[in-house]
Amino acid sequence: MNMLVYLIPVALSLGGLALLAFLWALRAGQYDDLDGAAARVLFEDEDKDDNES
Amino acid sequence: MSCCAPGSEDIAVIGQALPSDDEVAFAARDLGDGMHQIELSVPGVHCGACIQSVESTLRKLATVETARVNLSTRRVSVRWRGDALPPIVGTLAKLGYPPNLFDDTAGGKDPVLSQLLRALGVSAFAASNIMLLSVSVWSGADGATRDLFHWVSALIALPALVMAGGIYYRSAWSALRHGRMNMDVPIAIGITVAYMLSIYDTLHSGQHAYFDASVTLLFFLLIGRTLDHVMRGKARAAVAGLARLAPRGALVLAPDGSRDYRPINEIEPGMQLLVAAGERIPVDARILHGNSDLDCALVNGESAPQAVAAGAAIQAGTLNLTGPLTLEATAPAESSFLAEMVRLMEAAEGGRARYRRIADRVASLYAPVVHLAAVLTFIGWMFATGDWHHAATVAIAVLIITCPCALGLAVPIVQIMAARRLFENGIMVRDGAAMERLTEAGAVVFDKTGTLTLGQPLLVNAGEIAPERMAVAAALAAHSRHPLSQAIAAYQGFGVAPAFDRIEEKPGFGMEAHAGSDVWRLGRASWAGDGSEDGTVLALNGKTVTRFSFEDRLRADARDSVAQLQAAFGSVEMLSGDTEAACARVASELQLTSYRSGLLPAEKVARIDELHAQGRKVLMVGDGLNDAPALGAAYVSMAPATAADIGRNAADFVFLRESLSAVPLALDVSRRAARLIRQNLGIAVVYNFFAVPLAFLGYVTPLVAAIAMSGSSIIVIGNALRLSGGASVAADVKSSLTGRPVEAAQ
Repeated sequence: MNMLVYLIPVALSLGGLALLAFLWALRAGQYDDLDGAAARVLFEDEDKDDNES
Repeated sequence: MSCCAPGSEDIAVIGQALPSDDEVAFAARDLGDGMHQIELSVPGVHCGACIQSVESTLRKLATVETARVNLSTRRVSVRWRGDALPPIVGTLAKLGYPPNLFDDTAGGKDPVLSQLLRALGVSAFAASNIMLLSVSVWSGADGATRDLFHWVSALIALPALVMAGGIYYRSAWSALRHGRMNMDVPIAIGITVAYMLSIYDTLHSGQHAYFDASVTLLFFLLIGRTLDHVMRGKARAAVAGLARLAPRGALVLAPDGSRDYRPINEIEPGMQLLVAAGERIPVDARILHGNSDLDCALVNGESAPQAVAAGAAIQAGTLNLTGPLTLEATAPAESSFLAEMVRLMEAAEGGRARYRRIADRVASLYAPVVHLAAVLTFIGWMFATGDWHHAATVAIAVLIITCPCALGLAVPIVQIMAARRLFENGIMVRDGAAMERLTEAGAVVFDKTGTLTLGQPLLVNAGEIAPERMAVAAALAAHSRHPLSQAIAAYQGFGVAPAFDRIEEKPGFGMEAHAGSDVWRLGRASWAGDGSEDGTVLALNGKTVTRFSFEDRLRADARDSVAQLQAAFGSVEMLSGDTEAACARVASELQLTSYRSGLLPAEKVARIDELHAQGRKVLMVGDGLNDAPALGAAYVSMAPATAADIGRNAADFVFLRESLSAVPLALDVSRRAARLIRQNLGIAVVYNFFAVPLAFLGYVTPLVAAIAMSGSSIIVIGNALRLSGGASVAADVKSSLTGRPVEAAQ
């Protein structure tokens, strides 16, 4: 039973991390142009990115 | 998705004027530090190659710092250093992506979508973790462990309830405050009561807690809501700003001779304005100097350009085609023809305001029944056992099991699939209610110019013209913006034209060229030729040598589409502002029996009201400014993407491609969607028929509720997905739509 004391927080914090990553991606504008992102992956040169509009 | 192969352009760009550099500079935002930014709509951008060519070309301009294309919204945002505007518009136009300015200045961010996605993320996290904890409870965890798991679940569920549930609480509250019922009311009550009772149970070390049910419910429903929003947002973004009708400002000529670009709302009657060829007329005005031709197609539906000269009164929104004009403003912008149309449109707002969506109608019936059932269950168990806690648990099980997870998805998921299907075929839908209304339509009314026809003249006697004459005419015509000239210029390359010494355009008349001692003239017969007749001719030294006849070209598939609609509705009508002769010709070509010509905007509205009074709900298809009030008055309306922007805003559907088959296709998809919605609602009823008695009798544990809810949702979604596959009618319409060149192919 004692393992629950650390396993549950570990499991939740892993889930929480994924949630934070999602919220960060949202805030950084990565969902603003889904169609464009699909095409940009094929570009060769390095874009000077500014994730802001 | 099609790519940039020639001829695959989704959007037919017809006679569009580019925004002038003054306008663009005016719309740019100052970011401080000498940086400026402008967002332009570039409807021509389709794929990765387009992005790359636009971005790399713009970045090569000297002062441009960054250029970034957003493919979803078809916009490019350019940032540059210094006050001088780099030649963005010209560069883009030369590249083949003519840009437009667009109206909404919000900057392209969609706060509602971000909120929905955030809520979706939080509820996904909560639902998955609570479900994992619940599984261990169902598989036998008990005692202190179960309590611990319940407490952890309660903790995780709280932020989901606040963030994700907040959306439903607000919507339910606003519905209740206006004395209405919507689907969000039982949802809000269900999740709240379930959460409260579960907290109570957890405090008393109870066996069952409904944290998982309330959070998964939220998660499923949010998926539907988010998809719905994304679909509609896509339609909005692609439709907004294809062509701006009203310029942002005008070049004002001050009494001392200085010129100044002023915003439109500062222009007062009496001011003198300069309008170059290719620009739209900013306000109602009178011409002081200059000759030109005006394209009035969007304003009054007349397809032929009008020649104007000094003294003529002209309306805002018309396009100046051939010569520069000096105008005197006769009305401020807010009382110009354009503003008058907006007012007429608001007044005409027809039956659609009273329309209630199927989902809302079902909800207003469903919500009281569900609540009544839950209350009855509670009372029944109270009588039977006297145990209020058990009675409350069973009542909540009833509330949760009937809670419209399937019902909440039943309608939106079908409408999303239908909207997606239409989107693939180049049709934008404003919202789901539009599709529901379309299935109820009982009559179709078309506008002529720009809707049944393209509003673009086509040379019809090309075969009778000698190639050497054609070469001369085409070479001359290539130097003019006049639509008739452009129709002739399409025949360039059929022969060798003589070398001209000088070519000039005589605004309002035509083209004149000198080759040695010869004078060629192409244009109005009374000016170029020797007679006083009408029409367009090519003349050599004042003698008519060739006559040209033009017709407005019908939209692709117009005849088939009209025939299909006639079969579906029995009645198809054409209401036009154009002349009787032009209407009769188009009507006979389309085998339309009923048409009316020379109508004013208010008369179109009157005709639609007349049809409504006969109990027939009208589908109006139109594009012009003069159609906007009728589009607003009709029960459901469609407009091509080339329509005036106020018309597009009034329309429920906007079709981007040239083919008129969009109209029967939209009707077909809407009807099939309506059928699937009825099936889905039927499935939800059958599901409740079996689930509710179980819940009444108290057999529904959280485990059963979880299985039943997900099961019914999956069935409903699966049924909706049938809309995207195995469609025979839409498939052949689609095949005829693709690969059709937009330009006049000869």
